[in-house]
Amino acid sequence: MSEYSRRVQVTINAREHEIDCEPRQSLLELLRDGLQLTGSKEGCNDGNCGACAVILEGKCVLSCCVLAVEVDGAIIETIEGLSDGLELHPLQSAFLQETALQCGYCTPGLIMAAKDLLSHEPNPSESRIRHWLANNLCRCTGYDRIIKAVKKAGETIAASHE
Amino acid sequence: MSEPNNRRPYRVLGTTPLREDGVEKVMGQARFADDVFLPRMLHAAVVRSPHAHAKIRKISTHKATAMPGVFAVLTGSDFPTLEPTILSHSDASTTDDLKDISENCMARDRVLYDGHVVAAVAALSRHVAQQAAEAIDVEYEILAPILDIEEALNEETPALHEDFTPGQFVLQTKKASANASGFEMNIGEDQDAFSTAEVVVEKRYRTRCVHQGYIEPHAVTVQWGSDGIMTVWTCTQGHFAIREQLSIVLQHPLSKIKVIPTEVGGGFGGKDLIYVEPAAALLAKKTGCPVKMVMSRAETLRGTGPSPGAVINVRLASDKKGTLLAADLELLYEAGAYPGGPVGSAGLAATSRYKISNQTIRGVEVLLNKPKMKQYRAPGGVPVNFAVESTIDILASKVGIDPLDFRLKNAMAEGDRMVTGLPCPKIGGRELLEAVRDHSHYRTPLSGPRQGRGMAYALWFGAGKTSSVSMTVHGDGSVLLNVGTPDLSGTRLTLSMQAAEVLGIDVAEVSARVLDTDSIAFSYKTVASRTTHSTGIAVYQAANNALREMARRAAVYWDIEESSVAITRGSFSDLGNPSRCLSFFELAKLLEKLGGPITVYGNASPGSNGCQLAAHLVDVEVEVDTGKINLLRYTAFQDAGNAIHPDYVSGQMQGGAAQGVGWALNEAYFYSEDGKLLNTSLLDYRMPTAVDLPDIETVILETPNPNHPFGVRGVGEVPIMPPAGAIANALYNAAGIRMTELPMSPGTVLEKIKENID
Repeated sequence: MSEYSRRVQVTINAREHEIDCEPRQSLLELLRDGLQLTGSKEGCNDGNCGACAVILEGKCVLSCCVLAVEVDGAIIETIEGLSDGLELHPLQSAFLQETALQCGYCTPGLIMAAKDLLSHEPNPSESRIRHWLANNLCRCTGYDRIIKAVKKAGETIAASHE
Repeated sequence: MSEPNNRRPYRVLGTTPLREDGVEKVMGQARFADDVFLPRMLHAAVVRSPHAHAKIRKISTHKATAMPGVFAVLTGSDFPTLEPTILSHSDASTTDDLKDISENCMARDRVLYDGHVVAAVAALSRHVAQQAAEAIDVEYEILAPILDIEEALNEETPALHEDFTPGQFVLQTKKASANASGFEMNIGEDQDAFSTAEVVVEKRYRTRCVHQGYIEPHAVTVQWGSDGIMTVWTCTQGHFAIREQLSIVLQHPLSKIKVIPTEVGGGFGGKDLIYVEPAAALLAKKTGCPVKMVMSRAETLRGTGPSPGAVINVRLASDKKGTLLAADLELLYEAGAYPGGPVGSAGLAATSRYKISNQTIRGVEVLLNKPKMKQYRAPGGVPVNFAVESTIDILASKVGIDPLDFRLKNAMAEGDRMVTGLPCPKIGGRELLEAVRDHSHYRTPLSGPRQGRGMAYALWFGAGKTSSVSMTVHGDGSVLLNVGTPDLSGTRLTLSMQAAEVLGIDVAEVSARVLDTDSIAFSYKTVASRTTHSTGIAVYQAANNALREMARRAAVYWDIEESSVAITRGSFSDLGNPSRCLSFFELAKLLEKLGGPITVYGNASPGSNGCQLAAHLVDVEVEVDTGKINLLRYTAFQDAGNAIHPDYVSGQMQGGAAQGVGWALNEAYFYSEDGKLLNTSLLDYRMPTAVDLPDIETVILETPNPNHPFGVRGVGEVPIMPPAGAIANALYNAAGIRMTELPMSPGTVLEKIKENID
């Protein structure tokens, strides 16, 4: 760490962390290199692929485009926090059941982006899902099955609230 | 998705179980190459040439070396000097000259394309390494770059290389001029086929360089032990391939290189060649520390192997009833900075779905100052399919026959002579085209103005090659399946399913792994749609070997002759006393007493994986003000031989179609006049997003491949081929304009619309 390092306090997946960050480090680097939470992926490092999406203060962000020092005091949710280890989140189950992944590299980012959508709109239309996820590139699937998985997960979540 | 009917009597095949590795992937726990962290690990960065063509006069590294946190710097002089080296064995990981590959990894006296690596540095962090790389001063003498095919073929243009080893991917080429090598295939005796034909169409097409676009950039970590054993973690389609290439380029014995394949975030033909691996290895050797090197997106676009741009001349002749009589094709493909691009495979697939008795196919690959071109899903197949399928529609229209009927009339069938001179194997071409004709999509009228419907048809060969597996039946009845072919999209499951089918057990009882190069016998790469097919044959063998060994153990248990044990669907019985019967599970439980767990092997080297056939049907609407093409409806038809996991087959069809649509409509490398790649981000290199694509409906047919025990055909590659031709044909039907260039981006389409009005 350089002399410019700053201590950042952050709550990730309900666990508090204190970590020294360089001002030039991104949130993605904090997660991956600093805390070895490697579920968030680097695909472009300039906000164009969506593989690094996480939820920051209740809102989906691209962690490669957020500086680590900016998240001091923030609450963050990453793909690692979605399941309690015993049961999958409905989005995770739906992605599996709908064959919504092939290589799986874009999957964490897609699931986090979709989680943000479903937390505000549990029953989005197909077109709405397509537009919401337009910032997340997938090169394997052609998206159909991803859209269906998100739709299905929304229905599952809605049903569990009834 | 329409699934195949007449499902043959399989218990596991044709079902859609969940993949074992899927849970880790949806939980963010799967380990990709950049997820490898080792104690004392350093990070590497490279210096890339900003020029398309230049002599390296001098490299000054002292500033970088002096920076705090910098451990080592590397240049071309640290690399062993190789003589031209071509691997001749049938499972060679590359048909390229390894001397070229070495120089592609690190330039020596010249840089040959924008992004060519000239130096590398290892440091404490990625940021420090990048800063140090920026501090390395390279003096260049800029040379004139060769940037397009015509220029490279011009006799006045100087040779890019004093001498070169002609490319031989799939077909051997011969040196044809200073910057080109080629091949020619001929069948048919009729010299006058064109001059006497009633209808002849000739057209010239042009396509641009595109990238595979895998979302995971290349990444590698290398540890070089003091015992000389090099351990490599990387995301690759072929870890044995990486081992072989590293062994030659670094002059290090195969036995001292262990390559551990991580999960792979997409490959599509782009991840089976070394790029930064040798530099990471040499830095690890120099520093005594593990070294990780991760490419940025810009580096991935600039410095790896995209798919070549092409110029294609097509001449087709038919009689007035629409029977194809002759084809004459010239395929001019970019090779990039070094030979070995996919023009040969393009040539083989150019016309091979049609019966044409007189054919000449000339392929030429052209050296120029762009990255060394590489395979991308059906290597070389997209440009030529676009060209031929467009010309077929023009010809059908001239003859006055519906384009689908024209294709049906001329569809190649088993026994017809292909351009190679060999008879066509068993394929379901007519059945596939009939499925298009009988589908509701084909019969539903279009709903508005400026809409059009088009189709294209494709055949791809794929490859067989060697696969090795091992299988252990444990005392608890569970089965471990180890394979040597990396899993890009779910092949651990499709292989487990084949094992479970043979063993007569539930697929959940089979757990599959991709093992490293030390732990399993040699396997060729996961390329050419081969893994479910070829590794599947090895799995079939291993599973049958396991059953035989279990039968032998049952014979010991019952104290009878081995030949008296009958095996039926996962149970073993005594032929002499049929009341004595053990299930697979019951017998497995006895294994500990009967000699312990069983480990068996399977090894297959099939010659091919059966032909893959696809036909795509698309409805488009053109925005006449902007030139934008909107896809309204898309249906992909494909013959899978036997769809082991129909959802995965359908997923391959959709994913391939999506990539083909990107190639057709948006994707292209843009170079400046002096040869710098201009679109080095995913904002400017525009791949399809969820809003760009319609639902891609899939229809799976099954004409069993006679050369696979379950009839499996390769599946993955062919669906990328038809989209460009289908969309071009649909666009013509919508707006009366014939696009002869890819991509059919709004600007180019608009220009054509205006030309048409004028």
